[in-house]
Amino acid sequence: MDLSRRGMMKAQAAAAAAMAANVTLPAGAQNIPLGEELRLKWDKAPCRFCGTGCGVMVGVKDGRVVATHGDMRAEVNRGLNCVKGYFLSKIMYGSDRLTQPMMRMRNGRFDKEGDLQPVSWDQAFDTMAAHWKKVLKEKGPEAVGMFGSGQWTLWEGYAASKLMRAGFRSNNLDPNARHCMASAAVSFIRTFGMDEPMGCYDDFENADAFVLWGSNMAEMHPILWTRVTDRRLSAEHVRIHTLSTYEHRTTDLSDAAVIFRPGSDLAIMNYIANHIIRTGAVNREFVERHVNFRMANTDIGYGLRPDNVLEQRAQHANDAQVSQPSDFEAYARLVSDYTLDRAHELSGVPKPQLEALAKLYADPKTKVMSLWTMGFNQHVRGVWANHMVYNLHLLTGKIAEPGNSPFSLTGQPSACGTAREVGTFSHRLPADMQVANPEHRKHAEHLWKLPEGLLPGKVGFHAVEQDRMLKDGKLNAYWIMCNNNLQTAPNTNNETYPGYRNPQNLIVCSDPYPTVTGMAADIVLPTAMWVEKEGAYGNAERRTHFWHQLVNAPGEARSDLWQLMEFSKRFTTDEVWPAEILAKAPAYRGKTLFEVLFRNGQVDRFPLSDIAAGYENRESKEYGFYVQKGLFEEYASFGRGHGHDLAPFDAYHEARGLRWPVVNGQETRWRYREGYDPYVEKGSGLQFYGNPDKRANIMGAPYEPPAEMPDQDYDLWLVTGRVLEHWHSGTMTLRVPELYKAFPGAVLFMHPEDAQKRGLRRGQEVKIASRRGEIRSRVETRGRNKVPRGVVFVPFFDASQLINKVTLDATDPISKQTDFKKCAVKVVAASVQAAAPQSAEPDPRGGPR
Amino acid sequence: MRPRLLLGAMAGMACLAAGTLLAQDAPRLRGPEPFTVEQPAPPMQRAITNDVRVRRNYPDQPPLIPHSIEGYALDLHANKCMSCHARRFTEQSQAPMISVTHYQDREGNTLGGLAPRRYSCLACHVPQTEARPLVENRFVDMDALTEPERQPGGRSNR
Repeated sequence: MDLSRRGMMKAQAAAAAAMAANVTLPAGAQNIPLGEELRLKWDKAPCRFCGTGCGVMVGVKDGRVVATHGDMRAEVNRGLNCVKGYFLSKIMYGSDRLTQPMMRMRNGRFDKEGDLQPVSWDQAFDTMAAHWKKVLKEKGPEAVGMFGSGQWTLWEGYAASKLMRAGFRSNNLDPNARHCMASAAVSFIRTFGMDEPMGCYDDFENADAFVLWGSNMAEMHPILWTRVTDRRLSAEHVRIHTLSTYEHRTTDLSDAAVIFRPGSDLAIMNYIANHIIRTGAVNREFVERHVNFRMANTDIGYGLRPDNVLEQRAQHANDAQVSQPSDFEAYARLVSDYTLDRAHELSGVPKPQLEALAKLYADPKTKVMSLWTMGFNQHVRGVWANHMVYNLHLLTGKIAEPGNSPFSLTGQPSACGTAREVGTFSHRLPADMQVANPEHRKHAEHLWKLPEGLLPGKVGFHAVEQDRMLKDGKLNAYWIMCNNNLQTAPNTNNETYPGYRNPQNLIVCSDPYPTVTGMAADIVLPTAMWVEKEGAYGNAERRTHFWHQLVNAPGEARSDLWQLMEFSKRFTTDEVWPAEILAKAPAYRGKTLFEVLFRNGQVDRFPLSDIAAGYENRESKEYGFYVQKGLFEEYASFGRGHGHDLAPFDAYHEARGLRWPVVNGQETRWRYREGYDPYVEKGSGLQFYGNPDKRANIMGAPYEPPAEMPDQDYDLWLVTGRVLEHWHSGTMTLRVPELYKAFPGAVLFMHPEDAQKRGLRRGQEVKIASRRGEIRSRVETRGRNKVPRGVVFVPFFDASQLINKVTLDATDPISKQTDFKKCAVKVVAASVQAAAPQSAEPDPRGGPR
Repeated sequence: MRPRLLLGAMAGMACLAAGTLLAQDAPRLRGPEPFTVEQPAPPMQRAITNDVRVRRNYPDQPPLIPHSIEGYALDLHANKCMSCHARRFTEQSQAPMISVTHYQDREGNTLGGLAPRRYSCLACHVPQTEARPLVENRFVDMDALTEPERQPGGRSNR
């Protein structure tokens, strides 16, 4: 570097800055605040963003958050935050915060074709309630629905589940986590009989090798990545192998960047299993004692609409979830097809890389931590992919002990807590129970003090199906909370937007900010966020953590919890429950849903005096009891005593989170392993006690191709995802100037030769088109993501580049999770003009390279 | 089709004066109007490379990077950032030394160099472009609360 030039620039810069600030240099030591003026009130909270669950210290002064930093006492992150976490202080202060309800109006009345105008909460709720009642009366519970979130607090999700299932008697409740980790959740149940990882983040410091399957941790789980790199750079023998469809910041710091063709990860995993068997690396004792073998149904379709030719043609589109008991020999035969040659042909990965990877798993002395996120889960064979990685760990016995850990990462702060543990999926109840199981429903009715037979047994519409049913006019009353689905659902122009504007439907959206979804809704409700309410999240390692309300939400904005409870007051049991149920349980007659769901002698049993001194709690004050504590304790009664134990409510306000099961005040770090997990019987060593025979399932499945692959007309793979600086659809991060300015717009990452071949230059405006739709973007041939030829990557945070107009609404047929990673597109110039800014200093979006 | 959003109606959520949503930037946050319309892609933004340090919003905020990092190696073999910001190079480079916190491991022990957990500089420190914020952020600096006399109009005006 030219030091004198740099020095000169700095002097000039300082002078310019001083001039701009209208001060003379040196400023001197005047007006230094002392004493009371300096004091900030600090409290703990989990980060609002990803599933890592970092602890944050939040500094409050005069009713405003003025500072945040990583919590030194938080085990997860020990003082670190990523750039988003460090800017949490600013996420609540975008000047376009919604502060009063809005409703589409014309001539002073609700009109779906009118404009959004401010209304009172009563007007909004009355309009909603009238529509809900009409729909319930005319079409029944299956025509009302709610789309929630892995960003809901535990009690918000729990209250929503009660309101939907017990109140409206509909299981049409699904979280946006369906788009995010349904494949992981479903596979946990299928394999271990219980959801969520057996290991925890302590595995990072104990592993000898990390294998990342479809996870760009350096950008998407940056603080967990610091634990991986810490281990890698602190212990020389440690290795990182990263499998991906393109190179990125994670591969930059990996020992091996294994770049495979989209979808071929299935073949790679079956090859590794074959290698383990062929080289005698199977841990026979482990397999004999702890494992069953099953074979999955194959040719299972792609979760598209049933009339799609791909579904019609598939043999097992309708019973994709079924599997048959099998044995080791049959499984070995299945994977014997996946030789090194075949895996190489299907994946395009060089053979030495495949062999090196297989050896990591096969070597009994190497403790392997496998990590995965959306590359696996957003996959038309996502459930199989999850199974296949468990197969590797189960064949070798590398599981449920420090460092040997198949570990599913999650994308949202309470994907595990609220979506899975609380059970806000259309098929689930709290503590891993299922709506389709009559015993489970009966148990829930008992714990909820509700009449027998009240809860519906039919599995509700999942996320993608909700959009289809809205469009088809079968789902007509719809509440979207805590997500931005019109930006993040697949194939939105054809499958999501039409349902929102379908004249039969009333669409309600609760959000702190005006989003794409909010702007297409009929009623928009202003929502309190993060530390504007008391909350609880559950992170990826089973850690439940709490925070207090630290500041008030602006204007009339209120928490989702308040909204749900308040709405429940507008219905009586007579209006929404069948007469025959009320006839058998007349005591419930004439009661409001608020009374039977929330004033039931359980939820309302903790007085306001239980709230820790010095904290506001708007919901509790309004209702006169400690709402969050009552909801939590009732919810916790589902899981205590059978492996899902949560600690008493107050303990969580003290601890930096606790990993369940919490038994006798002790958290559990490794489940299923004697000595770590109190639920494992003495002398057994290890028990997968989620299944009745205490064994885990190895599930045999083949490679099957993606739903759509590049061809002559649409010649490129489109992969979508995130960038470090923005979270999901950017609702919060785009309003933080520093984060926005760091990555101010989506771009199309493309291989330079692919660009050249199409006559495209860096910065040029292009059209990205699929069979569903097209958007415009700009070509990026440099920067942090290095895609191979034939692949393009576009992030989805930018509301002006809605890439989900282009994506395909194919899902895994078992988990119903969308595949946002694989569809076919073409890229052409939008016009001849407009390129990158001509500058000596290039665009900094380039990462390390 | 989706009716037009009444901007006036949004007055309750954000006054239209002083740096609120600029009309041309609205689609950047809320999408096109109506949703089905195809929008032009926003231009790529020029990097800020003026070397002017930007004041932090609060003490623990990681400083922003005021220079280009294009082509910087940050891999298992090299960390280009440290060639200026490591303690021993700061005299030549006149770059700020990495924070003392960056010498501490997970347990809080002070190490002889950059802690491995702090190796990925770009997880926390990001460069900036000249992009104009899409919407004003009303975060208030703690100095404005602790030193009210420095604010025009004083505390009562907040």
